[in-house]
Amino acid sequence: MSIDQHILPGPVPVLNLPPCHTEEEYEMVYHKPSTMVDTTMHYCPGCAHSLVHKLIMEVVEEMGIQETTIGVAPVGCSVFAYDYMDIDMQEAAHGRACAVATGIKRLMPDKYVFTYQGDGDLAAIGIAETLHAINRGENICIVFMNNAVYGMTSGQMAPTTLPGMHTTTSPDGRDVSYYGAPIKVAELMANLPGAFYVTRQSVNSANAVRRTKKALLNAFKYQPLHKGTCLVEIIGNCPSNWKMTPVEASKFIDEEMIKTFPLGDIKIPNAEDIKIY
Amino acid sequence: MAEFKLMKGNEAMAEAAILAGCDAYFGYPITPQSEVLEYLAREMPKHNRIVMQAESEVASINMVYGAAGAGFRTMTSSSSPGISLMQEGISYIAGAELPCLIVNVNRAGPGLGTIQPGQGDYFQSVKGGGHGDYKMIVLAPASVQEMADFVYLGFDLADKYRNPVLMLSDGAIGQMMEKVEFKPYTRPVVDKSAWATTGKPKSRNRNYITSLFIQPERMEVHNLKLEEKFKQIREHEVRFEEINTTDAEYLFVAYGLSARICQKAMDIAREKGINIALLRPITLYPYPYQRLHELASQVKMMLSVELNSGQMVEDVRLGVNGKVPVEFYGRMGGMMPTPEEIVHHLETLIQYHHVN
Repeated sequence: MSIDQHILPGPVPVLNLPPCHTEEEYEMVYHKPSTMVDTTMHYCPGCAHSLVHKLIMEVVEEMGIQETTIGVAPVGCSVFAYDYMDIDMQEAAHGRACAVATGIKRLMPDKYVFTYQGDGDLAAIGIAETLHAINRGENICIVFMNNAVYGMTSGQMAPTTLPGMHTTTSPDGRDVSYYGAPIKVAELMANLPGAFYVTRQSVNSANAVRRTKKALLNAFKYQPLHKGTCLVEIIGNCPSNWKMTPVEASKFIDEEMIKTFPLGDIKIPNAEDIKIY
Repeated sequence: MAEFKLMKGNEAMAEAAILAGCDAYFGYPITPQSEVLEYLAREMPKHNRIVMQAESEVASINMVYGAAGAGFRTMTSSSSPGISLMQEGISYIAGAELPCLIVNVNRAGPGLGTIQPGQGDYFQSVKGGGHGDYKMIVLAPASVQEMADFVYLGFDLADKYRNPVLMLSDGAIGQMMEKVEFKPYTRPVVDKSAWATTGKPKSRNRNYITSLFIQPERMEVHNLKLEEKFKQIREHEVRFEEINTTDAEYLFVAYGLSARICQKAMDIAREKGINIALLRPITLYPYPYQRLHELASQVKMMLSVELNSGQMVEDVRLGVNGKVPVEFYGRMGGMMPTPEEIVHHLETLIQYHHVN
C-alpha cells in the first residue's frame, strides 16, 4: 500500500477551485536575487546569516557585478557561504579571510572582493590579519557578523560576548575581570587610517534590514574608489545559541546587544572622497 | 655563451622567481632568508609584480592561498620557525589543491634554535608538517645554481599537479655566493579557468576554492583523489644524482649541503682506497626508494649524513629494507661536519662491520 492510499482512504474529491491567475496579472514586488543559489540553507530558523547572504547578493545583482565579485568565506556557521552565493568564492582557514582577500585583491585590483566573517573568526583568531588588512587600507569590504557567540561549535564565549552573558564556556556569565570586556571591533578598526567606511548595523527589523542593505551597497560602491577598507559590522541574531525564540532574539538585540554595540556609522568618508561616484 | 653571475643562493632564487613569471611574492623577514624579500621588494615593482611584506608568516601563506586560488603564480619563503607557522596554511593549500612554491631556508632548531644551517626540518617537509593526509613535492638544492633552477621546476610541478611544492634549502646554500646561470625558460601554458576564482561569467558555474567536505563520503573521495595524485607524483617525479656508483662498495646518502660535504669526503675516501659512491636525492618527496633498493644489492653498507639527529636515514632504511646495514652520521645545532670527520667515521664503521 502506498502512502497516498494510506492517507486518502476514500476517492479523491473534485474541488471547484477558482481559475488560476497567470504571472502577467501580478506585479513583481519582490524576488529572490538571481545571484543566490536556489538551494536549502543549513541555517537555523531566525538566524541572521541567511538574511545577510541575501542582502549581499542583492547588492551584487543590483550593481551588476556578479562577474567581477570574489567572496571569501570564513570558518564558522557561514563556512558554507559559497554554497549559497552564486559567485566565485574561496574558503579561508579560520580567521585568515582578510589575508586571503588581500592575496586576491592585490592581484586583481579591479575586482570586487569581500570577506564574510563571524566574531570568533574575525575578532579572536583572525584579529591580526583583519587589523593589518585594514591598516594597509586593502580595498576590500569586510562583512563582520557579530552574534556574541561561537555559533558553529554551539555557543561558546566569543570575544564579543556581552558582560554577564551565559554561554557554554561562561556558564556563570562572562566575568569581565577574568576575560576582559567585549571587543568593539568597529570602533577599534575605525581608528586605523586605512579604514574608509565603518558602520554597525543589525537585521532584527524591517527598518534595520533596509539600513544594512544601504550600508552594504555603500561599502561595495566605495570599492572602485581605492580609498581603503569598508567594514560593515552586523549584529546578528542567534536564537539557537542564545536559547531564545527568533522573536525573543530580535528583542534581545534591541534591549541588550546595542548597549554594548551601539548601531550607526562610526566612520564615514569625506564628501570629496566619494564625489566621483 | 653562457652568462654567469655571482650571487647568494637567496638572491638567485629571488631572481629566478622573477624570470619564472612569479606574479606575487608574500613574505616576512627571518634570518637566514631575509634577502629574498629584500631583493624582491626592490625588483618586483620594476616588473609590475606584487611583493608584500605580510604581518606574519601565517598571513603570508594565506595571501599565497588567495592569489593562487585566483590562478596566479605565487610563492613565499621563510626559515624553519616561520615555516612552522605556515603549516596550517600549507595543509589548506594542499587540501584545496592550489599550486604554489614555498621555500624553506632551513636553520637549526628546535624552537628559536639558531640561524646557522640545519636539516632538522626533513620530517616536517616530507612526512606532512600540517594536519591531514597530504604531501608536497620537496626539492632539495645543493648549490646556488639549483636554488635558481628549482624555482622554475618547482612552479612547473606545482602547476602540473595542482599541489604545493616545497624547496628545502638551508642557511648555507641560501647565504653562500656561487656562480649562477639563469637558463632560458619557457613557461608551460596551464589553463586554470576551470577552478580559479577570477569572477564568474554567465557562461560557467561558479568556481570555489575549498578544502571542506563535510560529508565523510565526499571527504574520502577527495582524499582518494589526492592519494592518486601523490601516486602519480611518486611514479613520475623521483629525481636524484649518483656519483661513482659503478664500482662502489659503500654509499653515502645525503642531500643539500650534506651532499656537498659528502662529495669531498668521497674524494678523500677514494684516495684512501675506499670505493664509496654518493647518492644525492634531489626530490625528498617522492623519495628514490627504488634506486636505494637496487644499490643495496651492490654495496656493503650505506651511510646517511645529515645536519640533524637522523631523519632521512629512516627513508634510506625503508628503501634498503634490511638488505645491508644503514648507518647514520650527523651534526646538529648549526654545526657542520668536516669531510675528514665523515671519512674518519666511515672508516670506523667499515672496521666495525668487517669485524662483526
